[in-house]
Amino acid sequence: MSTRAVPPGSATSRRPRFSPRRLYGEGPFHLILLAASFCLAGYAGVRLLDGDTVGVLLWFAGAAVLHDLVLLPVYAGADRALRAALGPRTALVNFVRVPAFLSGLLLLIWFPLIARRTERRYEAAAGTTPGVYFGNWLLITGVLFALSALWLLARALRSRTGRRRDTNVRPSAPH
Amino acid sequence: MPERRPTRSLPGALRSLRTPADPGFWRSPVRGARFTAVLGIVLLAGLTLLFVTGLLSYAAYNPDLNPVNDKTPGKGLLGFYLFSWPTGPHWLYRLTQGLHVTIGIVLVPVLLAKLWSVIPRLFALPPARSVGHALERLSLLLLIGGALFQFITGLLNIQLDYLFPGSFYTLHFYGAWVFLAGFVTHTVLKAPQAVRVLRNGIPRGEPDTLAAPDPLPATLSRRGALAMVGAGSLLLLITSAGRSFDGPLRRIALLTPRGGTDPGPGPNAFQVNKTAAAVRITPADTGERWRLTVRGPAGEFRFSRAELLAMEQHSAALPIACVEGWSTSDQQWRGVRLSDLAALAGFPDRPPGVFVESLQRGGSFRKTALRDNQVRDGRSLLALEVNGAPLSPDHGYPARIIVPAAPGVLNTKWVETLTFGEL
Repeated sequence: MSTRAVPPGSATSRRPRFSPRRLYGEGPFHLILLAASFCLAGYAGVRLLDGDTVGVLLWFAGAAVLHDLVLLPVYAGADRALRAALGPRTALVNFVRVPAFLSGLLLLIWFPLIARRTERRYEAAAGTTPGVYFGNWLLITGVLFALSALWLLARALRSRTGRRRDTNVRPSAPH
Repeated sequence: MPERRPTRSLPGALRSLRTPADPGFWRSPVRGARFTAVLGIVLLAGLTLLFVTGLLSYAAYNPDLNPVNDKTPGKGLLGFYLFSWPTGPHWLYRLTQGLHVTIGIVLVPVLLAKLWSVIPRLFALPPARSVGHALERLSLLLLIGGALFQFITGLLNIQLDYLFPGSFYTLHFYGAWVFLAGFVTHTVLKAPQAVRVLRNGIPRGEPDTLAAPDPLPATLSRRGALAMVGAGSLLLLITSAGRSFDGPLRRIALLTPRGGTDPGPGPNAFQVNKTAAAVRITPADTGERWRLTVRGPAGEFRFSRAELLAMEQHSAALPIACVEGWSTSDQQWRGVRLSDLAALAGFPDRPPGVFVESLQRGGSFRKTALRDNQVRDGRSLLALEVNGAPLSPDHGYPARIIVPAAPGVLNTKWVETLTFGEL
């Protein structure tokens, strides 16, 4: 992408002169690339939309909108709430953030499985039950938080013994 | 007019007025060109692998062989690359499709982190500086909408949650090509920048346009944030990859479809796709009255299971590998070679393909077609036994097809008719 700055088209001091290059704002290679890209997208797109056109359009654009305007603000807000709740104890943030992120990631990806949304279909297909996955998710989440707590404990013990040895040494910065 | 506040709180008040279009709104100290570049390069490699293995999966169905194998018959030029799917190595589809799905799962945190790292750009004003910039942003909708569409449809499909508006095969195949259009454009325009930033850093005097101009104090370094994303991928890998193996490895895969346990004990206790009950196969269908019909230029023949067992039996160690990404380890199949049945039907040498029909009442791929190279492979069997025992009802009793390197769905169960000849 060119980083060239393009003057706003509303500039009144300039003489009105038609310049395709200025209007386009990028080089000819950029135009060719995008034209080729839209041709391919169009060729595949008419086939993608052949059927439930509105449904597919909603899913395609909706996925981006839901991610950008719902999922991302929700997890960014949760992170902000965590930081606010811990206040000045910022060293503790990652001991909650990391296991919560990992657990939330598993829940996001495997929600249909964990919530048993397709229990009957799954049993009919596989002959086994998906009923175990909710418990497994809780178990993994528990282990992640327990590991985090152990890590915190080990760090606290180490920094205490370290301080006893040399009172000037500050505990290492958290990661 | 509101009462004037003391000047001390003014910066705070101003900050609260910031909108996402204001670069100062975004305050994470983790965002930056290097962070985005690392994630971008990982995605470049990973998404390319997903695209290629996805195309291979389509080819593995031999869709141009017969309409019954093709869920996207209107593909036109998008099928330009199709080729005869080989029968070796026998784990080929198990590998390509295992990679496709497992790497897809593992890349989710990388994709989310990449989108997070560039989210300020979404709100940047003006929305477009020029026509070229506007077109480029439109192509980003193909990229981001396409990537999310592909990941969501894929993840829902392997969890059997068919919420999406249409056939998975159609949506995921054409969706991949729409995504590719955005992906190639973005790669050509941005990959050189990413490589430059990773090699040389940001040139002196140039601002890091992805970094927050007014960052909060760091609670996590950029390296730490990458480690967190990597930990997410690693956790997903550990809890998923075992779905491509039997036994202890599958038990480690605690949170993934077909993870954890194998169905029941005994020689038939390996993963099933579609139980007999699910496709309404009854004991009456598969009991003493069952006959296999074999058709060809030599005529039409009917065989009982006992007659098939009396023919020359051959063994083959082959896996079941599903389009959903799970697979079994090699199982010991035993039965009649497809090429021997072709000889009975009137093709003593160089047999052609075969059209296979199942007893099953429902489900796609009730009828399938196998290509000549698949029929000719000595490991391609009409299997009657597995791991030393008769097939279980769920594994296709009285007889099923097993072909090396073929997608699971082409290994038809409860076979009723085999028609050898031009397809």
